[in-house]
Amino acid sequence: MVSSNDKSYTAVMARRAEIMRRAVGIDYEKFIIDGIAFDYEKMMEEVGYSLEKVKKIQSETCVGNTPLVELKNINRLIKKIAPKGKGARIFLKDEATNPSGSFKDRRAAVSVYHAQKLGYKGVIAATSGNYGAAVASQAAKRGLKCIIVQECYDSQWRGQPEILEKGRACEAYGAEVVQLTVGPELFYYTLLLLEETGFFNASLYSPYAIAGVETLGYEIATQMKDLTGRYPDAVVVTHAGGGLITGTARGLKKAGATDTKVIGASVNLRGLHMASDTDFNKKYFTTGHTGFGIPFAVYPDRSDVPKNAARPLRYMDRYVLVTQGEVFYVTEMLANLEGLQRGPAGNTSLTAAIALALEMDEDQTIVVNETEYTGAGKLPSAQLTFAKEMGMIVKRGHPIKEDIPGKVIAIPEHPSQIGVIEYPVEEMKKSYLKELIKRENRSQFTETELRFLEEDLRASRNEIVNWIDEIGEGTR
Amino acid sequence: MLAKKGDWVQIQITILKPEERAPQVPEDTKQVPLEMRVKGFLQDEAAEIGAMVTIKTTTGRSITGKLVAINPKYEHDFGEPVPELITIGMELREMLETLDGDING
Repeated sequence: MVSSNDKSYTAVMARRAEIMRRAVGIDYEKFIIDGIAFDYEKMMEEVGYSLEKVKKIQSETCVGNTPLVELKNINRLIKKIAPKGKGARIFLKDEATNPSGSFKDRRAAVSVYHAQKLGYKGVIAATSGNYGAAVASQAAKRGLKCIIVQECYDSQWRGQPEILEKGRACEAYGAEVVQLTVGPELFYYTLLLLEETGFFNASLYSPYAIAGVETLGYEIATQMKDLTGRYPDAVVVTHAGGGLITGTARGLKKAGATDTKVIGASVNLRGLHMASDTDFNKKYFTTGHTGFGIPFAVYPDRSDVPKNAARPLRYMDRYVLVTQGEVFYVTEMLANLEGLQRGPAGNTSLTAAIALALEMDEDQTIVVNETEYTGAGKLPSAQLTFAKEMGMIVKRGHPIKEDIPGKVIAIPEHPSQIGVIEYPVEEMKKSYLKELIKRENRSQFTETELRFLEEDLRASRNEIVNWIDEIGEGTR
Repeated sequence: MLAKKGDWVQIQITILKPEERAPQVPEDTKQVPLEMRVKGFLQDEAAEIGAMVTIKTTTGRSITGKLVAINPKYEHDFGEPVPELITIGMELREMLETLDGDING
């Protein structure tokens, strides 16, 4: 064993693989076929759990089987502003009714169950999001200790209100909350804690966590069949790390909803650096935004496990961006027209769904696959008060034309202004290849690797070869 | 203010000095240390804010760091009423009620 005395950044990162093996209990090496190629489905089958088993695990801790409701008032409003014959009906999967208030309970339920089964005394999760509360809640139910590591403050000790709230929730479930200032070394410190405690790494990106989300897609398919007699035409998914879209899409397919389009939606925060101390508190969404959505799609294995089980480009049919102002507006809409106070980050997909409903036919259906609990720190009023303190301009205006991440938040003046910014999925596939070529320092791939890329990018051989050529020409 | 043994307190530790930070960190973040705060029960007999103390966290870990708060309060709240948000509900309800009106008007 490598000495664990050296706690420097480089030394700990060098011990990463070994720490992870002990803390996740998965030998990822065995799924590697050749070079970059690994057997994703085999990994999901062998270390994940079957849908039936996941349902059973989740029912033990009251997770899942959440209501799916039609947003009748919002749908009436859409019909009024949609062109003739347009205006698809929107249904909402109310994931806030899970024990800790978000779909993350599904991921945590399986991870914590698995940790307990393997005999770990505690669990650790590095997350500034709802996943922390989910892991803390599940650990409480299963009698395990829990440490949540958050990126929470800038160098002036100004805490992001939403993250502070999530920290409070974790403490309410009995977890120890370790709060860090801005920086990617959150991962380094998590490794140190895993080494010190010998706890299980309840990663968001393990096969267990992703298997936990499959029930969500499965429930959407069956509930929609019961309610409307058929599967939905589209499911809109708030996209950050990629686990929600991966798990939902896999669940939909397992239920037989193979024609349902899976659309990712993120809040547009392009231009703000995720690891920047000064940009940190210029963001009023802490998840569901492009700062996670794009990097995790183009390089999933940047996560805290060697092979990420969340692989969004395998499942995403379309990717759209919405603005902070639009999501705050829609959060008010959901509360005032449907009596559901939720979000705001979880309402990213609802915002996109409203824009998409306007372009889809009136006999079509869209499912928004999540909601999340809200309250102090999370509410639009909390985030916008903070935004104003940080010098942002908050105004009513055109939410896309006037939006400038880090400077201006424009709240729509009318629902007809709700729209999306298209982000071609093909662009992300090309970026995936570009980053791969840079990391690997080669643009020649073996037959096995190319077959893997066809699956990982859901693209044809021709497309992949052409994109690689295009990248080569661009760098020459 | 004096914290006594067993009090619920918060401590602060510098994890990485600016020069020890990860190579990929952007320039502004490289200028500042990576710092950490964590809460637990004070193990020292008594201590003032700013003193080096040892705490026991809820998972039973012993950690030593600088005392920064005694019985730390949750500071986040619901925010102030935001004029740009307050009228949205009324506007939308009115649109729904105006069944045949020119909704773009």
